[in-house]
Amino acid sequence: MIPVLLILIPLVSGLISFFIKDVKAAKGWALLSSILTLAVSLAGIWLYNQPANLHYDAAWLPTLGTRFTVGLDGMGQILCLLNAVAMPIIFAATYRNSYQNPGAFYALMLLTQAGMMGVFLAYDCLLFYFFWELALIPAYFLCSQWGGEKRIAVTFKFFIYTFVGSLLMLVGILYLYYKTPDESFALQSFYNVVLTGNEQSFMFWLFFIAFAIKMPIFPFHTWQPDTYEQAPTAATMVLSGVMVKMGIFAVLRWLIPVFPDATLQFSQLIIILSIIGMLYASLIAIRQDDIKRLIAYSSIAHIGLMCAAIFAQERTGLQGVMIQMFNHGINVIGLWIVADAIENKLGTRKFSQLGGLAQKAPALAILLVVMALANVALPLTNAFVGEFLMFNGLFRYNIWMSAIAGISIILAAVYTLNMIQKIFFGETNALTEQATEVRSNVQWMLAILAVVIIVLGVYPQPMIRLTEDTVNSILAALK
Amino acid sequence: MNNLIILVPLLPFIGFLINGLFRKSLTKSMSGIIGSGVILAAFAISVYLFMQVRSGGAIPTAVYFDFINVESLKVQFAFQIDQLSSLFLLIITGIGFLIHLYSTAYMHEEKPEHFARYFAYLNLFVFSMLLLVMGSNFVIMFIGWEGVGLCSYLLIGFWFKNTNYNYAAKKAFVMNRIGDLGFLLAIFWIIAKLGTSNYADVFASVKSFTPTELTAITMLLFVGAMGKSAQIPLYTWLPDAMAGPTPVSALIHAATMVTAGIYMIARSNIMYTIAPYTNTIVAIVGLATAIFAATIALKQNDIKKVLAYSTVSQLGYMFLGLGVGAYTGAVFHVMTHAFFKALLFLGAGSVIHAMHHEQDIRKMGGLKKHMPITHITFLLGCLSIAGVPPFSGFFSKDEILVGAYNENPLFYYIGLAGALMTAFYMFRLYALTFLGKFRGTHAQEHHLHESPAAITFPLIVLAILSVLGGLIGIPALFAENAHSLEKWLDPIFAGSNEYTTAHHLEHSTEWIMVGVSTTLIVIIIAYAWRSFSRKERFEENTGVGKVLENKWYVDELYDSIIVRPLNGLAGFFKNVFEKNIVDGAVNGVGRLVQYSSRQVRLIQNGQVSSYILVMVLSLIVIVLLFREQTVIVSALRKIF
Repeated sequence: MIPVLLILIPLVSGLISFFIKDVKAAKGWALLSSILTLAVSLAGIWLYNQPANLHYDAAWLPTLGTRFTVGLDGMGQILCLLNAVAMPIIFAATYRNSYQNPGAFYALMLLTQAGMMGVFLAYDCLLFYFFWELALIPAYFLCSQWGGEKRIAVTFKFFIYTFVGSLLMLVGILYLYYKTPDESFALQSFYNVVLTGNEQSFMFWLFFIAFAIKMPIFPFHTWQPDTYEQAPTAATMVLSGVMVKMGIFAVLRWLIPVFPDATLQFSQLIIILSIIGMLYASLIAIRQDDIKRLIAYSSIAHIGLMCAAIFAQERTGLQGVMIQMFNHGINVIGLWIVADAIENKLGTRKFSQLGGLAQKAPALAILLVVMALANVALPLTNAFVGEFLMFNGLFRYNIWMSAIAGISIILAAVYTLNMIQKIFFGETNALTEQATEVRSNVQWMLAILAVVIIVLGVYPQPMIRLTEDTVNSILAALK
Repeated sequence: MNNLIILVPLLPFIGFLINGLFRKSLTKSMSGIIGSGVILAAFAISVYLFMQVRSGGAIPTAVYFDFINVESLKVQFAFQIDQLSSLFLLIITGIGFLIHLYSTAYMHEEKPEHFARYFAYLNLFVFSMLLLVMGSNFVIMFIGWEGVGLCSYLLIGFWFKNTNYNYAAKKAFVMNRIGDLGFLLAIFWIIAKLGTSNYADVFASVKSFTPTELTAITMLLFVGAMGKSAQIPLYTWLPDAMAGPTPVSALIHAATMVTAGIYMIARSNIMYTIAPYTNTIVAIVGLATAIFAATIALKQNDIKKVLAYSTVSQLGYMFLGLGVGAYTGAVFHVMTHAFFKALLFLGAGSVIHAMHHEQDIRKMGGLKKHMPITHITFLLGCLSIAGVPPFSGFFSKDEILVGAYNENPLFYYIGLAGALMTAFYMFRLYALTFLGKFRGTHAQEHHLHESPAAITFPLIVLAILSVLGGLIGIPALFAENAHSLEKWLDPIFAGSNEYTTAHHLEHSTEWIMVGVSTTLIVIIIAYAWRSFSRKERFEENTGVGKVLENKWYVDELYDSIIVRPLNGLAGFFKNVFEKNIVDGAVNGVGRLVQYSSRQVRLIQNGQVSSYILVMVLSLIVIVLLFREQTVIVSALRKIF
């Protein structure tokens, strides 16, 4: 029952939210719903060894050979948890932001959450595709209705870009469907499809481009910085914290096990592409003058590492990706919260107009430093464990590639410290002179994230345990 | 025992938490007491542990929990207390405590909030360094390794309003990160090969590495050491790190941080011993750094800069010792250097304190009579670092130089030249600061005073250690079997000793070496003393002097060959490539679609005949293309 609840709670409460007119009621409703979802998700982890509660199967469209099959394996658990943790934090941290038509805003946020839950839970490819689109469409409206000045052009690009990817994937899905022995969309049937080498390569790219756009991987990334910059920050947090994980998740669940030969064939190319992207995005991040764009490019670099580690096809690397999907979500949401707080307070995101804030908002400065340390993967923060494992996987694949990719560790220190320095250190100017400490809800949410960062950085083993089963099955499929 | 061991790093960590979280409500004296108290307690436990090791040998590894455990990669959170780490524990917590105590007086001008923040950072620094030396595998060492990098960042930029200080802090962190990458790759290599990075397992199976692998791994580890211990080419952060409060410099240079590289190589000595190529490189880099930094120190006028370059230079000697296999000598020098460098920095701090933050030695002079305790302790520190017998620096440096002579006499001669320079610049510093007439303003002179007891007490303790510390390592030249440090460390270096052929110098040769070097050093000291004690006027440096004053323009060189090109490339990516090429291509595809859709629209001309023509043509194409594929057929059947 757990997976069904995970989808139903945000879906139903989201639909109800459309009819809420009162601002406070809308916010309270969304927060309540998201906390309930979080409780269910935690219950799911609590029941990790009771498969009966974690899987659900019902007839859906029997003539098409598709069923409503959902389930939670280790990877699903961790991503549903991320999705469930992210929402209440985002709602609480942006509680004071005001939106026009708040009922609709929160409704779309919750629908996005429902869609992403479905993606992480689906064991049926058509269902997967359905939720994939369900997650995308409300996100599109969030950006285009509540975004910044250039929102229309930017979100149009975002939509077209990801939609093209989706269509390519749809073509692939249908083709595979006809190739399945029992004409079914079930995950297991897809795993059993027998394809010729050429078919595999062709299909591989149809799927991979869709996922690569979502992650995004160089050179499919240009929609991302613009979208992150223009979207309302709450939506940006969802996009970068959770939604990009859909791409990585999909590669692990729907790409590699279905096309093992093609994976082997193209892995080197994709790793090289990922590494180029890591260094490229890191270098661009060094020169950014806008907090949001800096975080966006930093995120591209981090995602690139995850992609490279996946295609290295090593146990350590895959295990690192598993936990890093969660960690990256937590860390990047923390960075966005800080960016949002500063923009709300001072009306600017430009480093050139900031400086000296540490004197005015010391608590925010300390919390940002913790987020920043996680962003550079300092040991005893959560990201260190993930990156350590991922680089280890990459190293086992190829020493030189891991060494070159490792340069991004140095560059990350450069741009992250740049950010801290330009926002918080130095003397105050006329603008930052008037700044004050941020509100307590922001501080508390950042403090919670900081605790998560440290706890998972010191004791990551339970999370590694949780995802071992998924790693095993992926490795088994690759053999 | 495990619970006791974990207290050593835990206490400073608790101090960090209390001072960090309650910095607004704590009074200064409370912060000071908590900050120093936890370190003192850690020191007491360290002494106890040291005694345990002394009576019963290495304590069994204290395992706490699985940090990361993935089939082919296992990392335990575990501590190892043996002869080497227990010795380092004493240095870190002992000298660390003195520096904390000193700081309570030195930082008293800060507001309570910043005062507490300072002690929080300081505690965290000690905590990281303790992790570094106590870990029983390379990963835990790495955690501490990056941790000290972070703390140095926080402390160098402690006065965060000053932009230059922030740059110095950032430089330190980034340069350390370059080294860290090397270290990290070495760890991966070890783990890929053995599945573990436990010292015991790695050193036991060191023979399963091929010589190439071993050379590569040791080189990568050494890259890490170059960053942390400020060796060529990654040394430029250390002199800039002077931006931090002076006690922090003492902490970085003496008790923590820079000695990490030495510890790492001493810890993995067996790997280095059977990787001769790396060893030679370690020795050469160390020697080159020792000389190079010494030449720069000759012409610096900032009291802390002189000391900073002297640290770089002394670290070079330690690496020379490691490279030539004189492991005991290197560790010995870490210890004596910790004594006299902490003393010198804290003494310099006392001077700066009295001079109201003036650091230029050209504006000092004659402080001898105003600050008697600072003066005498500083003089003892100078004698020690210069290598005058029987002060501690003499014994340790001599041991390294004798080791160098055994390896290659040329190393010895170059090393000796560096030692002479050391004597010169230290006594130039001493004479300009304490002798002659006062050259500062009247206001400053009026204000000159000896520092309070919290400052002078650590100076006296450190002076005693600097004078007597050498006695634990008396060479066989003077007395047989009097080198207690060598015996103490024997279990650590026993593996390496099997490989090295012990070629002892004739006592007569050694007597000549000691005699000649001591005579030369005394002559140099006398010369420096005479030329600088009555110096009144300072000319602009020209020629070589100017090059030295500007540190061989290395910062400028790095700036123009690395920093600026990289920045340019980043700018090109951001402003040109990303906008026009990558995004341009995407938009181009978009425009192409729009364009072709306009063209396609032309086909929709409303004439049925042309529609039929297109239909038939397409069908033919489809049939030709997918002749053998029943897929399409079945698809069509399904849809219709």
